[in-house]
Amino acid sequence: MPESLPAPAPLSTARPRGCPFDPPAELGALRDRHPLSRMSYPDGHVGWLVTGHALARAVAADRRFSSRQELMRLPTPRNGVPAGPLPPAPPGMFVSHDAPEHTRYRRLLAGRFTVRRMRALTERVEQITAERLDAMEGEGPGVDLVVAFAQPVPALMICELLGVPSGDHGHFQRLVSSTNDQNASLEEVGAAMAELGGFLHGLVLAKRASPTDDLLGELVGEDLTDEELTNIAVLLLGAGLDTTANMIALGAFALFTAPEQIAALSEGPEAVDRAVEELLRYLTIAHTGVRTALEDVELGGHLIRAGDSVTISALAADRDPAKFTDPDVLDLRRDATGHLALGHGAHQCLGQQLARVELRVALPALFERFPTLRPAVPADEVAVREDSDIHGVYSLPVTWDEV
Amino acid sequence: MGFEIDRTVCIGAGTCVIKAPAVFAQDPDDGLVVPVGGGVPDSPEVRRAAEACPSGAIVPAP
Repeated sequence: MPESLPAPAPLSTARPRGCPFDPPAELGALRDRHPLSRMSYPDGHVGWLVTGHALARAVAADRRFSSRQELMRLPTPRNGVPAGPLPPAPPGMFVSHDAPEHTRYRRLLAGRFTVRRMRALTERVEQITAERLDAMEGEGPGVDLVVAFAQPVPALMICELLGVPSGDHGHFQRLVSSTNDQNASLEEVGAAMAELGGFLHGLVLAKRASPTDDLLGELVGEDLTDEELTNIAVLLLGAGLDTTANMIALGAFALFTAPEQIAALSEGPEAVDRAVEELLRYLTIAHTGVRTALEDVELGGHLIRAGDSVTISALAADRDPAKFTDPDVLDLRRDATGHLALGHGAHQCLGQQLARVELRVALPALFERFPTLRPAVPADEVAVREDSDIHGVYSLPVTWDEV
Repeated sequence: MGFEIDRTVCIGAGTCVIKAPAVFAQDPDDGLVVPVGGGVPDSPEVRRAAEACPSGAIVPAP
């Protein structure tokens, strides 16, 4: 007989005071007693919440749990979203489709994001990084690390890779981060998506008319409609703009709180790879996912009914002491294999190898160029993205000693 | 005991190449896993690759 579960509760999202990297305390407490528990959703649905690592991994890998948008329920209230089912995701928005549609899109894209292809971009990422560091040096000491470094490095790289003009990447960045902001109204999100979609649709049509030597230029040669390709472009650009940027900025912020760890970034390529995986685990910026059961599933001693939504707290799972020793300690020398920061299952991050290349170039170069880099404001004054689907900081004022 | 590759479930994430580059590579066209040599031996690297694989494409041989 499984132990009876506590009454369903809404998903806790408030991080502990003074601990901007840690999961909400309630999630840790829940994980240690009830790694699978009942959760009340904003629309009144009573579903499930997974906080334990083994169960989170099991749900994400199990095709009986769907990613289709029209079946899912939002785990947290969102401004202006009417009650009732969400609309199905449009064609091409592959993160919100299941097999076979998802498989078709993924197969078209996976070969373009392989380890080898992304590593071939290393030199270009190094150039972009060096240019941004030069600019910082010229401008400072005293810059906002988000605007001066964390955002432009991945933004310039994803724009170049996709074949999107990068001149206005700051504007794209604001549009994308508003779509991830739980406080943005439905109108704001809709307007941002419409603007991004409109722009990329125009770009897709231009590339159809005269194909260019870049990823979107290659994809016009595949069997994809304009609508599919536009939505794929929206996803890839959005994912490229508002993920690694947060890892770079939040990663630097976390390293400021554990300065003895920074040396690991100068201990050679293997040490850097290890450090990047640990930062991914420790920060797990894409902290929450949702699936919906397509059929009755027995899991962890409980029966999840067809139609029930299951929220996965990847963040709580990546701090599970059953999986990682001293999970709340940032230890750049540990082996963080098995973390869920990039997801798990068929939907695991498509761009993860690009993210790895960017992180392993950008973070060591930043601390190598500015060995005295430090926050310019007290840690509790840093504006943290409390209500975003992707964790991070809005700005990170930094300074350093001039040589 | 060694491991086997199930390409039918592989999604081409490349995690195995990161964990065990001497054993696994990706097909440049579809990104799916291909073994570098003949078989897939049992080693600490391969076990880590099997653990990291998001789609269960690296499985213990029966």
